[in-house]
Amino acid sequence: MFDGDAVRPAYAQLVSWVERTSPEVLAQRKAEAEALFRRIGITFAVYGEGEDTERLIPFDMMPRVFTESEWRKLERGVKQRARALNAFIYDVYHRAEIIRAGIVPADLVYRNQAYEPAVVGIDPPAGVYSHIVGIDLVRTGPEDFFVLEDNCRTPSGVSYMLENREIMMRMFPELFRASRIEPVDDYPERLRRTLASVAPAKCEGEPVSVILSPGSFNSAYYEHSFLADQMGIELVEGQDLFVQGDFVFMRTTEGPRRVDVIYRRIDDSFLDPLCFRPDSMLGVPGLMNVYRSGGVAIASAPGAGVADDKAVYTYVPEMIRFYLGENPILRNVQTWKCADPSDRKYVLENLKDLVVKEVHGSGGYGMLVGPKSTREQIAAYAERIKADPSDFIAQPTLALSTCPTFEGESGTLAPRHVDLRPYCLVGREIHLCPGGLTRVALKEGSLVVNSSQGGGVKDTWVLAD
Amino acid sequence: MLSRTAENLFWLARYMERAETMARLLEVGYRMALMPSAGEGYRNEWESLVAAAGSASGFEAKFGEAFRQRDVETWLFFDRENPSSVISCVETARQNGRAVRTALTTEMWDALNGAYLELREIERRPRSENPLPVLCDWTKRQGALFRGATEGTHLQNDGYDFLSLGRCLERGDNTARLLDVKYYVLLPTVDMVGGSIDSYQWSTLLRALSAHRAYHWSYGGEYGPRKIAHFLILNRSCPRSLLHCHDRAGFHLDRLESAYGRGTAAHDRLNASLAELGAAQVDDIVEEGLHEFITRFIHQNAMLAREVADGYLFGVP
Repeated sequence: MFDGDAVRPAYAQLVSWVERTSPEVLAQRKAEAEALFRRIGITFAVYGEGEDTERLIPFDMMPRVFTESEWRKLERGVKQRARALNAFIYDVYHRAEIIRAGIVPADLVYRNQAYEPAVVGIDPPAGVYSHIVGIDLVRTGPEDFFVLEDNCRTPSGVSYMLENREIMMRMFPELFRASRIEPVDDYPERLRRTLASVAPAKCEGEPVSVILSPGSFNSAYYEHSFLADQMGIELVEGQDLFVQGDFVFMRTTEGPRRVDVIYRRIDDSFLDPLCFRPDSMLGVPGLMNVYRSGGVAIASAPGAGVADDKAVYTYVPEMIRFYLGENPILRNVQTWKCADPSDRKYVLENLKDLVVKEVHGSGGYGMLVGPKSTREQIAAYAERIKADPSDFIAQPTLALSTCPTFEGESGTLAPRHVDLRPYCLVGREIHLCPGGLTRVALKEGSLVVNSSQGGGVKDTWVLAD
Repeated sequence: MLSRTAENLFWLARYMERAETMARLLEVGYRMALMPSAGEGYRNEWESLVAAAGSASGFEAKFGEAFRQRDVETWLFFDRENPSSVISCVETARQNGRAVRTALTTEMWDALNGAYLELREIERRPRSENPLPVLCDWTKRQGALFRGATEGTHLQNDGYDFLSLGRCLERGDNTARLLDVKYYVLLPTVDMVGGSIDSYQWSTLLRALSAHRAYHWSYGGEYGPRKIAHFLILNRSCPRSLLHCHDRAGFHLDRLESAYGRGTAAHDRLNASLAELGAAQVDDIVEEGLHEFITRFIHQNAMLAREVADGYLFGVP
C-alpha cells in the first residue's frame, strides 16, 4: 500500500529487494512461477469458453503485507463477525428473537431463497452453522477496514492462499529469511480439527470426515482435492456415499465405512434429492434424514446461506450488537437497498457514482460500476432496477487501498486496487488464519478483482513483531 | 480406500501402460517398414499393427483399407476417435488421475500432468517436426517417469496394489498382442520361418519391447521362435512375459487379501493361471497353436480384470 505517493514502511524491505533485482531476473521468476502453477495443476475452469477449460489465475509476485498490530485488529473484527453470523443463523431456525425484536424484517429471512424450512429446529453440533467463514474486506485507510460481503457457505480460494505461499517460499527464500512472516500452512490441520470438533454425539471413536465434491469438472475441484490431500481425508462424490439405517456410509474396497462429518462443497439444493432437488445427481438420497436425527454433521450446515446475501449483510452490525452486546470492529460499506422507496430514489438519481449489485449475485457478474460505465449502460441498468427493485443493492465506490503490483511484463511496480478474503474457522473454538487471499485488479484504475474479470492473486503476509 | 479411487488408480495405470504399448507397436511398424523386401505374400505390416492394437474396424471406417503409414501414425498416436491412441490414453490416464488427485503423490501427478501438457505442445507442432521415433521415445519415457515416480514415492498401500494390478494386467495383455502380431499376422507361411526376414522381425519385436539385450543374456545366439516364445511367455525374469505379469499380479492380489482379510474370485483365477503357466512347456504351447494359446490368455486376462472390479466394488452403481 502506498501512503500518499510514498511506500509504507512494511513494504520498505520488499521494495528495496525489487530495486536490487534486475528486470530480467524478475521476468524469469515470474515465468517460473507460472510454470509451477500449471505443473501443480492449480487451474480454475472457465465455463462456456470452449477449448482451454483449465486456466491459471494471474499471480503477482509482490506480496501484500500487514503488520502484526494491523492484523490483530482485523482478527478481532473477523472473529466477532463470524460469531454474530452463526448466532444469527441459529436464531432464525429457532426462536427468531432478532425478528421478534423488530431488528431484522421477517420477510428478509423467511422469503430468502437460502432460507431452508427443512432445518428449522435442528441443533447442529456446537450450534455452529457456518464452519468456514470467508469475509471479503477492503481497506480505505490505515485503520479502516470495510466488509464487502460475508461468505457463510463454502468460501473458496483457500488453496490459492496456501499455494501462493508455497510458491513464494520456493522462489524467494531470501525474503523469508529476512522477515518473520506468520505461517499459514497449518490451515488444513486446523480445518481438520475444526471438522472433527463438530462430529455428532453419536460418533464413536475418532471422527471420520470427508469432503463432498461435485466432481472433477467443477471449477473448484483442484481446491477440493488439495484440501482433502492436505487434511488426509477422503474426497468423495455423491455416488461414493449411501444411507443405511441412521447413518451415512462410503463405499470402500474394504466394504462400507461410516462417515461422521461431511465438509460439503456442493450447494444445499443438491445435497439430497429426496429433500431438495429431485434431479440432483450430486447428492446422497436420505442424507437429510440422517442429518436431522444427528447421525452426521454437515459443514457448512444446510441453511447457512441465509446469512450471506447482500441484503442481510446490511444488518450484520445490528446482529453484533444484538447477540454479542459489542460494538462492531469492522465497518459495513454504506448500502442502499433498492427495495426501500427512498433508497431506490437516491440510487436511481446517483447511479453514475455508485456500484450496484444483484442481491444474490456473486463473482463480479451482473454488477454496475457507475463511474466506469457509459450513459447507455447506466440507463439500461436503471430499467433492470425498476423492474425488480428488491433484487438490487447499491454502495458508494470506495477509495480502495492499493498495493504495489508488477505492471505488465515491464517489471516495474505500480499501485493496484486489492481486496482481502481471510478464512475464519468456527468449531468448538474459533481461529483466524494469519493471511488470506488477496485479489488484485490488474488493470490500472480497475476496481474489479474477480478472477473471472481480469483479476489476479497475491500472497498475503502478516509480519510478526 | 474409496472403491472409486481404487478403480481410477487401476485404470490410470492401465492407460499409461497402454500408451507405451502403442508407442512400441508404432516402433515395430516403423522398423519393419524400413525392411527392403516386404513384397508379395506379406500382409501390410501397418495393417497388422492396427489389428494388433485391436482397432482395425475403427481405422477402416475412418481411413479406408489402404493402411498408409501416415494414417496409421495418426490413428495410433494422435487420434482422439481411437480410445487407445497415445493421446487418448494419456488424456484418459490424466482424467483418472485428476479424479483421484489425493491418492497420488505430487511427483506422480507431475509426471502425469507433465505428459499431458507436453503432448498438447507436440500436437501444436507441424507433423514434420514430430518424427515417429522421437514420438515413440517420448511416450516410453513418460511411462518410465510415471512408473518411477510411483515406485519411488507412493506409499506401498492398497492404492499401490491397485495401480500395480492395472499395470500387470495391461502389460500381460499387451505382450500377448505383440506376440500375436509377429507370429500370426506378419508371417503367413511356415516356410518363411527361420529365414532372414523372420529373424529381422523377431529382432524388431524384441527391440520394441526393449528386450533385445535381455534375450541375448538369457538365451544367447540365434533367434528361434521357441526360445522367443519361452522368453515372452514362460520366462519369469522377463519383465514383460505373461508369466511375470501374472506372477506380479498374484503378488499384489495376495497383499490385498492379507490387508483386507478376504480373497476374491480373481485370486482363484489367477492361481489357476499361474499353475498352468508355471508347469507349461513351450512344446505344449506350440502344439496347441500359439495363436490359440494367446487368444485364450487374453480372454483369461480380461476375465481377471473384471473379477478384480467386481471383487472390490468398482461395479456397484
